[in-house]
Amino acid sequence: MAKILVFTELNGEHAKGVALEILGKLNGHNVDCVCIGKTPKTAIEEMAKNGASNVFSLQSTGLQNYSAEGYAAALKEIIQKNNYDYVFAGSTSVGKDLFPRLAGTLNCGMASEVTNFLFEGDKFLGTRPLFAGKCYAKVEILGPKPHFVTVRPNALGMNAAAKAGTGAATDVSVNVGDIKAIVKEVVKGASEKLDLTEANIIVSGGRAMKNAENFKILNELADVIGATVGASRAAVDSGFAPHSMQVGQTGKTVSPALYIACGISGAIQHLAGMRTSKVIVAINTDPDAPIFTKADYGIVGDLFQIVPLLTAEFKNLLLK
Amino acid sequence: MNIFVCIKQVPDTETKVTPNSSGTYIETNSIKWIMNPYDEFAVEQSLLIKAAKPEANVTVIRVGGSKDTEALRTAMAMGADEAILIEASDNLDSYMTAKALKGAIEKTGKKPDLILTGKQAIDDDCLQVPQLLAQMLGLPSVSVVVGFELAGNDLTLRREIEGGTIEIYKLQSPCLVACNKGLNTPRYASLPGIMKAKKKPLTTYKLSDVGVADADMRIKYSAFSLPPEKPAGKKMDAMDAAKQNEVVKKVVGLLRTEAKVI
Repeated sequence: MAKILVFTELNGEHAKGVALEILGKLNGHNVDCVCIGKTPKTAIEEMAKNGASNVFSLQSTGLQNYSAEGYAAALKEIIQKNNYDYVFAGSTSVGKDLFPRLAGTLNCGMASEVTNFLFEGDKFLGTRPLFAGKCYAKVEILGPKPHFVTVRPNALGMNAAAKAGTGAATDVSVNVGDIKAIVKEVVKGASEKLDLTEANIIVSGGRAMKNAENFKILNELADVIGATVGASRAAVDSGFAPHSMQVGQTGKTVSPALYIACGISGAIQHLAGMRTSKVIVAINTDPDAPIFTKADYGIVGDLFQIVPLLTAEFKNLLLK
Repeated sequence: MNIFVCIKQVPDTETKVTPNSSGTYIETNSIKWIMNPYDEFAVEQSLLIKAAKPEANVTVIRVGGSKDTEALRTAMAMGADEAILIEASDNLDSYMTAKALKGAIEKTGKKPDLILTGKQAIDDDCLQVPQLLAQMLGLPSVSVVVGFELAGNDLTLRREIEGGTIEIYKLQSPCLVACNKGLNTPRYASLPGIMKAKKKPLTTYKLSDVGVADADMRIKYSAFSLPPEKPAGKKMDAMDAAKQNEVVKKVVGLLRTEAKVI
């Protein structure tokens, strides 16, 4: 039984979903959680319910805003104090930026953005996509412990049968030292919706959207079904949408429960970024478009006629 | 001012990937290699700085196979002053790569004022080398950068996080900046630039020259495989306006009853 620490990010009063997915998957091991700052009661209960033995809240001046240096110094202290074998986090903006630095401070190895894993005894064996999902490989971590792992959100799913842990909450004072690069200001994005990488439903538009204004019909559909709007590289390069909305090998790799591709032909680099979506709906006027080879439900038709009909039909269904 | 730009050579985004027969990596024989797309933004940023500060020196460094040094030549054709190649396999792990880059930077004897990289390489998608390299050199780093301002030693950087939200950092060089798409528009190499690049210095090292040993390996891959193909889905014709309502109703119904995602 390996001794494991899960770095848990907070989303308001709640623990981020990916941390709970990781906890559920680690059920049966000796697992603690660590958060930065004060941890709300709701979040502690969520972690306990999914198997956390201890929940440590690290506190120090210098941790009010995110910095890779400050967070890494704080986590290093608790990792060394409790001698963990493995340290996990979600592959989020913070996880991706923080964990390589943290692993580096201890000269230890890290497996990035795994989509599944198992333990053979105490040995971690992960699976991860490479080339944006064009292929997969098994990954092992070598060298000194602890070993670090980040996990893609939505990949593991929640463990409904997770055995609860004690969830003993402890505040821990740490010393983070001198920080050179720290967030001074945050400018909120226009969208209040979940990020593409965390979204459960995505509606994406391609070159056939013709211009930025036409994304309005995708936004209307997205509002009805609680989706986040994405775009293909062709749409981004044509200036219809910002790069933060791009799905594909040079954008974001996504795996929502439902992906609705509107006017996207399905270039290999786009398919790589969305093929792991659970259910794919494609709307395209070209019956031979490659996107249809990946679609569960293909609609050969004009998106400007089909999308508004879909919006109306979903409205009917969801208001019933 | 000493600027180092770390670049990687990766298979073109249109490449169809095939695992090799032993499953230890992909088949690389017929691949078209390109400069990692995110690294182009790093090269461009170094040249924008050089345009404002002509005394700045830009060194591009790459760790990878020596069969093809096109990415380094391209960077020099765009305007970088010199290049370093550290010969290694194209799938060296992040820790060894960062250590090799550190070794090469130290070997130049120049104190780095700024290190620029792409935010990630689109082959292994690990997103580790920038932060590891910064950590090994004792420098701060900011990743996924879409805005860059330099005044004297003062940097204002804009980092993109979830939902298009922007974090603003103010710090001083030396530091490492990992660049994202949207930061700038990379230039094309001009013909005179390509001719000049042929005469620019390219130094080659082995991993052992820059202090990297087998014991530094931290990640081992096996069983490269293609993702399972999905069985063919249902394709419905709705080109005819008369059929559209029926098809849409059917798809929405199936999403609820068959796929159970709504």
